[in-house]
Parts: sequence; structure tokens; C-alpha cells
Amino acid sequence: MGKTDSPTEKRALTIIGFLCNWCSYGGADTAGVCRFKQPTDLRVIRVPCTGRMDPLFIARALILGADGVLVSGCHPRDCHYAVGNLYARRRLEILKRMLPFMGIHADRFHYTWVSASEGQRWQQVVTEFSEQVGGLGPNPGVTSFHTGNREEL
Amino acid sequence: MRIGVFVCQCGTNIAGTVDTEAVARDALRHPEVVYATSYMYTCSEPGQQQIQRAIEEQDLQGVVVAACSPRMHEPTFRRAVEKAGLNRYMFEMANIREHVSWISNDRAANTLKAADLVQMAVAKLRFNHPLFSSQVPINKRVMVIGGGVAGIQAALDCADGGLEVVMVERQPSIGGKMAKLDKTFPTVDCSSCILGPKMVDVVQKENIRLYAGSEVESVSGYIGNFTVQIRKKTTYVDWSLCTGCGLCMEKCPSRKVPDHFNEDLGNTRAISIPFPQAIPKKAAIDKEYCRQFSKGKCGVCKKICPVGAIDFDMEDEFISEEVGAVIVATGFDLFDHSVYGEYGGGRFPDVISGLQYERILSASGPFGGHIQRPSDGREPKNIVFIACVGSRDASVGRPYCSGVCCMYIAKQAILTRDHLPDANCYVFYMDIRSPGKNYDEFVRRAQEEYGVHYIRGRVGKIYPKNDHLIVQGADTLLGAQVEVEADLVVLATGIEAAAGAKELAEKLRISYDLHGFYMESHPKLRPVETNTAGVYLAGVCQGPKDIPSSVAQGSAAAAKVQALFYRDTIETSPQVALVNERACVACGKCIQVCPFGAIQWKQLRGGVQKAEVLASVCQGCGLCNATCPPKAVQLQHCTDSQILAEIDVLCA
Repeated sequence: MGKTDSPTEKRALTIIGFLCNWCSYGGADTAGVCRFKQPTDLRVIRVPCTGRMDPLFIARALILGADGVLVSGCHPRDCHYAVGNLYARRRLEILKRMLPFMGIHADRFHYTWVSASEGQRWQQVVTEFSEQVGGLGPNPGVTSFHTGNREEL
Repeated sequence: MRIGVFVCQCGTNIAGTVDTEAVARDALRHPEVVYATSYMYTCSEPGQQQIQRAIEEQDLQGVVVAACSPRMHEPTFRRAVEKAGLNRYMFEMANIREHVSWISNDRAANTLKAADLVQMAVAKLRFNHPLFSSQVPINKRVMVIGGGVAGIQAALDCADGGLEVVMVERQPSIGGKMAKLDKTFPTVDCSSCILGPKMVDVVQKENIRLYAGSEVESVSGYIGNFTVQIRKKTTYVDWSLCTGCGLCMEKCPSRKVPDHFNEDLGNTRAISIPFPQAIPKKAAIDKEYCRQFSKGKCGVCKKICPVGAIDFDMEDEFISEEVGAVIVATGFDLFDHSVYGEYGGGRFPDVISGLQYERILSASGPFGGHIQRPSDGREPKNIVFIACVGSRDASVGRPYCSGVCCMYIAKQAILTRDHLPDANCYVFYMDIRSPGKNYDEFVRRAQEEYGVHYIRGRVGKIYPKNDHLIVQGADTLLGAQVEVEADLVVLATGIEAAAGAKELAEKLRISYDLHGFYMESHPKLRPVETNTAGVYLAGVCQGPKDIPSSVAQGSAAAAKVQALFYRDTIETSPQVALVNERACVACGKCIQVCPFGAIQWKQLRGGVQKAEVLASVCQGCGLCNATCPPKAVQLQHCTDSQILAEIDVLCA
């Protein structure tokens, strides 16, 4: 978390977080209420359920140059809509395996489950994912795949 | 669209680590943002008036408020813009407090992040449309799950208000844990004397329907219209005939059945009424111990029963109940102290749990209220109480305080000294937690008036020696080791979530925390509601609490239900899925995935069929939207265009 202490640093990374309204968005709120310090690169988009996640949202974000995408929902079996996160789990797992074929490092995408009470877990998820994406550096863009810059893969 | 942006400073909560003026200035970069300002407390009355004035003066068509979490104040601001004549869905919120100012002290990075979140909200708002809710009728019946004191209070309050109540209790009798208690702190009044009349009220009220020995099997529907399947577990006794005379129990030859009501301290029969004050006072057969089931012959109860209520072929029964709201009051279970090897790991019969001691003290308990050791029936001279057994101990996964043990130890020590004036009582404690009306005074009375020895420190070991138990511990105030030769050791076993709490939460679609306690909607301001509309909480299922707090929460839940039922209809959220018939290819995938059966076929002229969403059934999860191949189903207020707009503005 040393990065966040530097006051002059601009947004180095663009990380988008899709959080379900019922669990993970609440978990992120809980982390805030508890003042659990986190890296600042993440920008959250609230969705009703991870089942709302069209994998193309994630693909599009990464193609447009987002450095990382995080999806977090309710723990399996604890979905507010009963089964939404189970559909999400299948779709997102397949997407994760497909990303390298699009020239995108699979580590730029992560999906997980954080409940509304797990503020501390949210802090950990954000910190680890931000570090993981930070380690990969800025997204070179999918065009690099065709221009021969395939080091990232 | 003419958009106004209002950046809240939240006193210094946001302004302390975010340059709110800069965020407002940055918002004006967007060509459609015609007005942007920052204010001390946007949620306050002058703050809301500022928004309303701006809507009028600037002719705004949409409003963005950058402030706290929308889970907190989205309804507040929606009402505010509605009062100024805008549709309430022409409003978006950017969360720059919980997600920005409170999680980092880096002012520059925070300001940049807040500005990004505002731009995302503006981008989404551009695709918002006015939405209008509809009304559905409310079924004015309420279900109370759990018949402990919290559930009983909730049920009686609802019934007093004229509502029809359905109560489901897992055990064969209502009463919960309170029915097992001898006395209650700090008044030392008899537990069954204050609870008993309330239990009787439950069966006597004509508008309460009680299902004892029953469990919730499944829950479907939504606020105002739930359908609950109840499994009535078989008792092999027809309760419509059973009069509770107890003849069967007297004659039953299977006599070595652990008495669960007495915390397994005594024995009962294979057919039994759980306790004399049981409500309903009906007999039930424990199949595991019944000779008819284990040996295939006996039938003594069947022969003796004067009304012919015994039926060995009885099976579980399923009942469906329609209700408009659900109060969950499923209580707790006791921590299993056998994980503590140093306290004997459950091997010593004279090391008992707090609730077992409560049964020993009780006049209706296994020893008729006479204090004696479970092992040999001898009257104990030295009694040691150990606090925080399964509370405030991260090593056994129970880091929380159970809240009641300090008080019940004080009560049990006082009662012990009352019963046995010559006995010595020792209490090993970590801290004494007694915040409550007359609570601290009560603990002081135990120490000063009743001469209970309080020793601040933990116990390291208990081992048997001759006829006694040697309790080795530390006195951290004296800085010395202490050894007490005890006859009886009472462990102040803590509270844990009830067995099956998580499974029930999954059926009700409510959340629970790390320890299995149900999550309230807001820890301070919505302590009774859950995040599932129409489901309310009461008692210890939400977190450890004492009897007065459980009763208060039971009444609070009842009040919430009464408020909900005061209207005849309920406004449904218009944030539901909508099918664009021209794009629909009738593949039926949305119908397959919808968890609520909210999508059906609609027949058009010429035999053409299209998917159609039943707005009153749709819960707005958006699963169909993500599934639909041509994207013909769109979740209103969270359409593909809106999510993509947010992504695009961030990646631009």
C-alpha cells in the first residue's frame, strides 16, 4: 500500500471493479466504514448481480485499454437472486481462459466472492489484485498481439 | 441533457481527503454538465433545497450527487429530485466516501478517483429514462420463524394489531432458550413465570397459527407475496387428538432417553412432552429410542392412549402458507466447550455448561432445583465459574463477545449462594461486561453482598484429583498463580449461530456474517430490516443479545411489518427487465435462466411468439439481459448502454 502514500502520483493504472449490489458493493462499503486503507486505482461499477455480467463488458474494457478488471459477487449459495452468481461463475471462468487467445494476460482479470460483512476480505482482494495488475504494468493493448509484442503472454 | 453535479463534502469526511471543489470543476468539463457545485452536507435540508433550486433555475434534466454510498442515501436524493419535478430515476450517485475518501489519505489520487466516478455517473445518467413504478396488492399475513422470546413477542405484537400470524418452530414446543432458564438477570425473576403467559397467549390468540416441530422447507416470492413451504416433522402422535395427559410418557418402557430439554442431564422417555409448560402440550415419539421402531414390537403407548392418537405410520407433512412478510427469530445455539482440552474436553461430568447449570437450578430441572453434582449427586461446596468459554477467543474462531455470560454468571453465583449459603463461588473472568440498566449494580451485588470471589485471569487447566476438580489459573491482578479445589465447574459457554442458520438464510436470500449471524440492512439505522425486502430480523439470530434487547427487536420487527401492511398495495421497483419484441428471436433462453419464473411466452398474431417479462414478478437481477443473444431483454436502469457508457468513459 506504499503507493497510495505518494501525493503527486496520477492514476497509473485503470482498474474496473464490477460489484454486485447486495454483497460485494456492501463489502466495499463496510471496508470504507472501517477505514481499511486500499490502493486507489480501482473504479467501481455497481451491478445488481454478477449474473448481470455479460463477459463482453470485461472483454470490451480490456480491449479499450483497462489494465485490470475485477468482478466480485455474493458467495456461491448466498446469492440474493438465488443462482445469479452460479451462472456468473461459469461464464467468467470461460472468459478467463479465453483472454490469452485475445492477446490479453489472464491475470488482468479476476473474479471472486466477498460478502457484505467481509470488509477486511475486500481490502485484501483489492490490494492483491491491484498489486497483481501493477506487476503486469500498463495494458499494452490487444494490437500488440499482432505487432509482435507478445512478451506479456 | 442538462445535468447538474453536486459534490458533497460530508463535513470533513469527504473534504478531508478529496478536493471537492476540484471535483465539481472537473465535472464541468463534460459538455452536458451545466451546473456543478460542492456543499458541506448535501443530504441536509439546505443541501437538498440547493439541488431543487438548481433543477428549477438551471432547468436540469438529470442530477448526479457525489457523496456517500447509494446504499445509504440514494432513496433520500431520489425523493429530493422528485419533489423538484424530475423523475426519480433521472438521478445517479457517485460513491466518493466509502469507496474513496475513507480508504486512502492520498488527496491527489482521491480527487482524481472522485472525478472519474463523477464522470462515470454522468455517462450513465445520459442513458437514463424516466421510470414509473406500479402497485401490487399485499397479502397481510406474516410468518414468524422461531418461537423463542423474540419470535413470541413479534407474533403477539402482530396479532394484537389484528394481523394473521403463522409461527413456525423447529422444536416440539415454543419457548426457545428462555424457557430453559431458571431466573433472569438483573431482577432475578422467574423466567418461566414471565415467559409462560406469553407462550399461552400464542396458542390462545385466534389469529396465530402455530406449526411446532416444523421447519421452513423453501421460500419463494417477494415482499407482499411470499409462498413458504413448511415441513411438519412427524411425531407419530396425532396432535389434533392428543390432550397432553402424559399417560403414554408414564408407561413408556424406554426410559434411558437423553432429555434434551434438560441439556441431557437427566433421562426422559421415548415418547414425551418436552416439559410441563410446553406449548403446545403434545407428546412426540423419539424414533431412535422407541422400541416399536427399534425392535418392531411394543406399542404400549398406542394401547394406553385414551384418545387413540398414536400412529406409527405417520409421515412428514408438507404445508404451503402465503404471507406478505417474514420475521426471522431463529435464535442461537450454545458453543460446544469440548474443543477446550484444558477444561477437560467434555470428559468430566462435573464440568458443565452455563445452560446445564441453569437446568440444575430450575425447580422443573433434573434435580428438582436442588444443586448437586451430575456425577454423584453430592452437594458441591466449592463452585468455580469460568467466563468467556467460546467468546472473545480467536483461537476457537469466536472473536466476538457473547454479551450475556458476565451477567448470567453473576446471576448463577447469586442463586448458588441463595440455595447453598455455605458454598464458595469463584469467578474467573477476563473483563466484566455489564452495560445495561442495573447490570453493573447487579454484578457488584454478587461481589459485595453475596461474597462471590472474582478472580481476574484465565484458567489454564482443570484436572480431577480424588473426588475434586483442581482448577489452575492465574490471578493477573495479584500476579500470582491460583489453585481452587472445586466440586463443580460451570463454563460460561458463549453464543453461536443456530445450527442450520446458513441454510435458512439461503432459502430466504438474506446474508449472514462470518459467524453465521444474519446481516441487518444497516448496522445503526436499519437494525431490523434485511437486504431482502419484506424479511425482518429479531433476537439473537442477528447477533448476541440479552432478553430485553431480543424482546425490543421482536417488537420492532412487528412494528415494521405493521407499517408495511398499513397500505393495501406495495410499490414495485421499475428497475426490471423489458423485452424489445422487435429484437427478440424467441430462443427462450431468458425463460430458462430466470430464477423467478418472471418471463413467459406471449403469443402475437400469426402464431408468432415473443418473450414477455411479468414486471411484478421480476426482481431485477439482469441474468436474462446477460443471457439474451441479441440483447433484446434489457434491465431498465442498468442497460447494456449504461454499463458500456461507464466503461467507455473510464477507458477513454
